[in-house]
Amino acid sequence: MLVNTIHGEMDDSLLEKREGSLDNDIEFTTWTEYWLDDVLVHRSAHVTLKTAPALFAEAAEIA
Amino acid sequence: MCTSFLGQLMTAKHNFGVAPIRAATTADTFYGALLLASGTFNASSTAYTGTVGSSTMSGEVTGTNYTAGGVAITNANAPTATNASTTAGTAYWTPSASIIYTSVTLTTAFDGVMVYNYTQGSAGNYPAVSIHTFGSQTITAGNFTLTMPTNNTSTALLRLSTT
Repeated sequence: MLVNTIHGEMDDSLLEKREGSLDNDIEFTTWTEYWLDDVLVHRSAHVTLKTAPALFAEAAEIA
Repeated sequence: MCTSFLGQLMTAKHNFGVAPIRAATTADTFYGALLLASGTFNASSTAYTGTVGSSTMSGEVTGTNYTAGGVAITNANAPTATNASTTAGTAYWTPSASIIYTSVTLTTAFDGVMVYNYTQGSAGNYPAVSIHTFGSQTITAGNFTLTMPTNNTSTALLRLSTT
């Protein structure tokens, strides 16, 4: 599979793939990284919001 | 308060003050701009202050293939107003598709998105709607995809509720 990298498209067989995820009340997030000789050449992320985060009151309550 | 009123607030049915003259009855166009983790955005933020397509605002990401102002948000969902009881209800709205920034390189950490109104704004002053935060991210020659929560009374991206 070809991967878009800082060097252009590269075959993933040449790269080291690292993946991670985060799951909490606000989001479920996954990310994929490809490394070439200890250099990060690709990183993508997918954040799925579970609800409007409570940075401030997105969910306004009106009496 | 009538729940229908909450929904009509989202479609500009009522005007208690001075409203903009609308060129069309169709839904406005909303954008999503990515916000640096170092930025200070909160409930007091009033507008996207850059110029869409040409200059970013202070605290917005910059990087390869990222356009000032971010990307347009897909809106095929009409706002919905649902009664929870005879005294309470919720009006809500959520974009109908994920917000996707394609093939970008964003090396400075970002942790939020500002939703703002493109249609009712102008260069340097696009009215802010909301700010949503998430875990800090960087992107290297990849996509950043922000998938929306379920569009219902308890998780929708925008909710107005009576209790």
